[in-house]
Amino acid sequence: MKIEGKRSIWKEYQKEIADDRYFYVRSCVRQNFFPGSEKTFLRIMKDVLHKDVFENASHTTCSGIGYHSDVVPFETAMTMVARQFAIMTEAGYENFTTSCITSFGLYSEILETWHHFPEVEERVRQHLINATGRTFNKPANLAHASDVIFKFRKEIAAGGMYRLINKHTGKPLQVVEHIGCHYSKMFPAKGVGGAEYPYVLAGMIEDWGGDVIDYPERRHCCGFGFRQYLIQANRGYSLACSKKKFDSMAPYKPDFILTNCPGCPMFLDRWQYALSEMEGITYGENGLGIPVLTYEELAGMILGYDPWDLGLQVHQVPVEPLLDKIGIPYDSKRKFLTMDGKMMGQPKAPSHLKFYQHE
Amino acid sequence: MGKLYDKLAEDVRFIEGLKACLNCGTCTAICPAAEFYNYQPRQIVDILQTRDDAQIEALLKSETIWYCGECMSCVTRCPRGNAPGLLITALRSLSQESGWFTESEKGRQQLAIKRTVGEWILKYGYCLYPSEILPEMHPEQGPIWEWEHQNMDEVMHRLGANYKKTGPGILRKIPQEDLDEVQRIFDETGASERFSKIEEFSRLKADEMGISFGEGLDNEYIRHIYTTNDKDHTTKS
Repeated sequence: MKIEGKRSIWKEYQKEIADDRYFYVRSCVRQNFFPGSEKTFLRIMKDVLHKDVFENASHTTCSGIGYHSDVVPFETAMTMVARQFAIMTEAGYENFTTSCITSFGLYSEILETWHHFPEVEERVRQHLINATGRTFNKPANLAHASDVIFKFRKEIAAGGMYRLINKHTGKPLQVVEHIGCHYSKMFPAKGVGGAEYPYVLAGMIEDWGGDVIDYPERRHCCGFGFRQYLIQANRGYSLACSKKKFDSMAPYKPDFILTNCPGCPMFLDRWQYALSEMEGITYGENGLGIPVLTYEELAGMILGYDPWDLGLQVHQVPVEPLLDKIGIPYDSKRKFLTMDGKMMGQPKAPSHLKFYQHE
Repeated sequence: MGKLYDKLAEDVRFIEGLKACLNCGTCTAICPAAEFYNYQPRQIVDILQTRDDAQIEALLKSETIWYCGECMSCVTRCPRGNAPGLLITALRSLSQESGWFTESEKGRQQLAIKRTVGEWILKYGYCLYPSEILPEMHPEQGPIWEWEHQNMDEVMHRLGANYKKTGPGILRKIPQEDLDEVQRIFDETGASERFSKIEEFSRLKADEMGISFGEGLDNEYIRHIYTTNDKDHTTKS
């Protein structure tokens, strides 16, 4: 499909994204594996964009991973979500913004269910009162945090120190974008650009100077599959999905992969390591992998934040080659230091996949 | 109409997910699980459309319903607005309520998910918790996770987390009164009852299989269901 056709489709899926006063809820996966990304999101929202983003210590998991691995019933997941809405309501906010794609999909599914089955909403309201005494308003606006960064991508570009240009060749970096399945596959109208050609990450890449790679398996799942990863016996499914994507994108020689779902960057990062150990395969040049970034990390890089403040040191696939291409400075001696400058030791090097230990 | 079909039809996800399937197979073509496992979402929907209890019972006892990854790619593409992925969620719920999940190797894995993600929600307020994600259970996480695990407090502090501490922030200690609310929601809405059923039916199956059953993760039955692939799940029929 030509780019004109995609732009026409994107225009059909324009969603409303609130301008300010966000009630922010965190992601279980993000907090465990890429905590620096959530830290960076709030830093950009407050320091660069000067927005009101509120977080309450009492919010919990939405239970989405438990729900999609089927140990948590739908009735429970709906009431857990209702409790999050109640905490938002009590705090005086109405724009609900979530860090997690599984959560975003679940919130969308539940609001849609309540729309079609008002009696279910009434039942859940009663459950919540019975269990907690709380009541709630539904959000006026529901956005994923990547929607919010998309909305302000031009402001971030304007305030940025770097562009997605290879400083050695002067040419735009070639970028694979990977959208979490639950962002818009169930409800295309809830995502920027719909489900077939989502624009939420492509828009960031374009405005920050890069080129988006269109490759055959662009919309294929990373392979999380909930129970398919959680249980060791099933992980072949998860690995096979990621491998299918790597094999499909490799001929286009991507400089990096950009993701908006908390789980996808972890899987696309870790499965490159696993494939290198299992089969000796590496997908980058000279034994390197393809770096995998979250959109918060990329926005932070554009703005010139220290790579180790962003959390790039906890990627198994090293990001240093990409920093070198863009011309972002980093101090390799500080890669594995604590906040107080104490050395924590460093990870072992993989057998095949090149890894940048501190000097 | 069969009784099992009636039971499924009480689930709003089933009502939303099953309209009239024309058996075109588009869902199977797009399905990541169909590419990996001996699995066709089209066949699932076709069986459900028969409303035949014997076939639905066989489905509820089968390996088949546990192959889906719930990515919902099928929902985007179905030309008739069906949602095979949602039908799977309804089938898995009924399989656990009825105890038939223990009849399949893949279904029996539900106990391991309950003992990890399920219990972590109640204990911590998170579906995942870093100190519980053990490198030996996750070799694919690589040396980077092993290093993080050895230095978790320092790494989390360096990356801006509020790990194990009070107040808002990344991986904060969620107040006990909030965890108490989560427990009451689980009691009120059926999750606690489902957890009990998963435990009870699993214990019965472990006895039947002659495998030692115990609490937590360090027992023979959990190790068995977490790692075993005795059956051929991937050869296409």
